[in-house]
Amino acid sequence: MPIAESHEIHQRRFGRNLGVALCLVTFVGLSFFLTISKLSNGGTIEGFDYVPQPSFTVDEASQ
Amino acid sequence: MSDFAANSRTDEAQFGDYVALLKPRVMSLVVFTALVGLLVAPVGVPPVVGIAAILFIALGGGASGALNMWYDADIDQVMRRTQGRPIPAGKVSPGEALTLGLWLSGFSVVMLGLAANWFAAGFLAFTIFFYVVIYTMWLKRWTPQNIVIGGAAGAFPPMIGWAVATGGISIESILMFGLIFVWTPPHFWALALFMNSDYDKARVPMLTVTHGRPHTRRMILAYTLALVPVALGLGLTSIGGPVYLAVAVILNLAFLRGAWAIWTRDEDIAAGDEYAVEKKVFRFSLLYLFLHFGALLVEAGLRQLNMGGW
Repeated sequence: MPIAESHEIHQRRFGRNLGVALCLVTFVGLSFFLTISKLSNGGTIEGFDYVPQPSFTVDEASQ
Repeated sequence: MSDFAANSRTDEAQFGDYVALLKPRVMSLVVFTALVGLLVAPVGVPPVVGIAAILFIALGGGASGALNMWYDADIDQVMRRTQGRPIPAGKVSPGEALTLGLWLSGFSVVMLGLAANWFAAGFLAFTIFFYVVIYTMWLKRWTPQNIVIGGAAGAFPPMIGWAVATGGISIESILMFGLIFVWTPPHFWALALFMNSDYDKARVPMLTVTHGRPHTRRMILAYTLALVPVALGLGLTSIGGPVYLAVAVILNLAFLRGAWAIWTRDEDIAAGDEYAVEKKVFRFSLLYLFLHFGALLVEAGLRQLNMGGW
């Protein structure tokens, strides 16, 4: 049985599906640009992988 | 497996019906006033953050609209003005409106918190609560003061916009709130005077029904008088200026003249010309609010050029 079986609901629901799709795309885009904006305006942003993290390192002068 | 009978309705809701649940016309006023509140604030926000914040404030306003339509479906059924709304028209079930409203409320508040700050987000949550619980569920069907206190819900957006930028409250944002808050009663009572029987039928206690029309006419004048110092006072704050003040003086004189005309008329005269003056004042009141906030924007623009303000 083919996966893409046709049914009249596909036409009937097209407007709704398109609307939901556009909303999701808008939200993804907005989240992306918000992230870019926040990162480029942000203060200290730490990476959690191979970058030395200032908050985890012990200040040698204080020892 | 090519037919599923449960989905064979032909009059099912389209995407636009769900959009209609969010009251797009109210939303446009929310967007405009929140945008002005954001732009006139002394602190700038990055454009993307500003756009996102306005979008989520609008979505929160829309969510409260959907919750309002869910709760008021019985009233909307009776009133001619609202019979075409998605729930009374049978397009969307009340349960769907409730679900959409609740999810969008949570979503918009959380996203506003992440995009801007949690003070603004809390403010948005309070506004949704105020409109849905305090106004729709409690005051609207109980007291003719519904319009007065419920008007606060519509007056919060510029304060939220201001909070997005500044993270707080100040005299400027309180006066922007006051402008919409005191403007709402004369605006809606002018409408109530010429929307004759609708609210009677729905048994919503409108001032015209509970205290009579002459009293409503008096109250329109009283609230318009109270509105003048708020509108002019806003012009003396840091976001006002000569342009705003000049616009405000003209608009307030015109609004006062209209309110005075409504007060001096009686029902026979009004019915004689089919409520021409009341309709005119109602339309003018929309322009009144739009131009006040427009003038605030002009002042903000002039300040960028070192020309506006005091």
